[in-house]
Amino acid sequence: MSAGTAKLNVTVAEVKPINDLVTRFKFVRTGGGDLPTFSGGAHTVVEMQDGDITRLNAYSLMSNPADRGAYTISVRRDDQGRGGSKFMHNKVKEGMEMVISNPVNLFSLDLRAKKHLMLAGGIGITPFMAQMHQLSMMGGNFELHYSVRTASLGTYAKELAERYPGKVHIYHDDQKEAIDLKTLLANQPLGTHVYVCGPKGMINWVHSTAGEMGWPREAVHSEEFLAPASGKPFEVKCAVSNKIVQVGEHQSLLEALEAAGIDAPYLCRGGACGQCETNVIGYDGKFLHYDHWLTDEQKAGGKHIMPCVSRFEGKTLVLDR
Amino acid sequence: MSKTEFPPSITSRPVYGELEARSGSGHLMIADAEGAEAILDLAESADKDFWAKAHVIYIPKKTGTKYSSQLEELGAGQYYAGPSYEAAQSRIRRALQDCHMGTQVYLSGTESLMGQAMAEATAAGIPHTAIQTEHRGSTARRMQCVHCKGITEDVTTDPFECSHCGLSLFVRDHYSRRLAAFQGVRVDAEDPGNIPEKVELFK
Repeated sequence: MSAGTAKLNVTVAEVKPINDLVTRFKFVRTGGGDLPTFSGGAHTVVEMQDGDITRLNAYSLMSNPADRGAYTISVRRDDQGRGGSKFMHNKVKEGMEMVISNPVNLFSLDLRAKKHLMLAGGIGITPFMAQMHQLSMMGGNFELHYSVRTASLGTYAKELAERYPGKVHIYHDDQKEAIDLKTLLANQPLGTHVYVCGPKGMINWVHSTAGEMGWPREAVHSEEFLAPASGKPFEVKCAVSNKIVQVGEHQSLLEALEAAGIDAPYLCRGGACGQCETNVIGYDGKFLHYDHWLTDEQKAGGKHIMPCVSRFEGKTLVLDR
Repeated sequence: MSKTEFPPSITSRPVYGELEARSGSGHLMIADAEGAEAILDLAESADKDFWAKAHVIYIPKKTGTKYSSQLEELGAGQYYAGPSYEAAQSRIRRALQDCHMGTQVYLSGTESLMGQAMAEATAAGIPHTAIQTEHRGSTARRMQCVHCKGITEDVTTDPFECSHCGLSLFVRDHYSRRLAAFQGVRVDAEDPGNIPEKVELFK
């Protein structure tokens, strides 16, 4: 069960392909009425009934947070992925009824900042779109640096440049353009916060460069949703519910617990928020920790696991669920 | 005089650490009196090129010239010694205005100096957790009278008389980061005239 997030029944109002990889979906409340308000950077977890499998994927809300009439998300098709994005692209049609979670924000703006410096890579642009709506309404100071593969795959790049003239900088990989991060970070006025959303390499690059340049940790924000990694199937014993659960090759531990009827907590399902942290009672084998939540010591300690993304290899694993 | 250890207290009471040279695009160092020792200690481990990017603002107070020549010899890009915090304040504000993200702020000396400089630095946009502090020297407190709101500097006794309204005030550990002051509350509020004897708690 998702902590504190009641479900929303919505109807797909629009499905709009944006480019070869990205499609935009618009949801309105089924039966009419306002949706809950949210803040820039929030995401929603979309439930997908894909045959026997229930898929739950988190997507950033990209619409104007002040517009309670509809939510929009953009989904990049990942052909190598586990199937959530392919389901969205192939099966979701206008008029379809779906269930999504209330918005949750794990990537909110720090409104004490005097300036917001946003760094986006690819589909990582979506949370910034809601944040820029929010900041432009508040008269906030922001600047976007957006790295895209090619102009045609630069999702929303053109319209953002038109919407926020002078504040949007686009970098095309195929033209050998790249964000000059060192110069950019060196010239920011005191009180600037930097936000990064994009591939893992980009996030690590920004954190390490900012750290070396003396930026306070509190002024560097990032969001990366991990898709649960596939791996060898394994078995887990749940001590509280007294059940033995098989985790399949392309299934996450959290999904396996849910399929077995165990009410496990979750929020982001991407290794970021910490909600699903589960105590390990005993084990014989090795953990494959993929989350951003546990500290290195906790990961080495063998007492905790984040079932949304992490896996296990070995003989036995006993969890406190 | 070495770094001061304070007894554990309520969470609002600031705690201080030990200065260490960190990487950054610039180094703004603000100290008063014995706070100079913390900078001199840091100098033993700092790289040579550290000082070219450093700006030292020093208020010697009663220590006179005891430390100022040693501090000057460190070769900071900018060195300033002034007679009081108030006199240095406009320089501190200007220095914060001119620096960029990546600048490290180091504060050492009395709680009054560190608290006031901390308020300036956080107002300029540096998260307070990213500002280094080290307490040296006097433990005298900067107090705000919660009744008349007047500030009394260098309080060493509990209770003490508010320098603005004259009430006898009880010295609390309750601290305001915004005011950079501890809170003083009338000690004889419930039994007027019953004022306990002063005890020298701070030196």
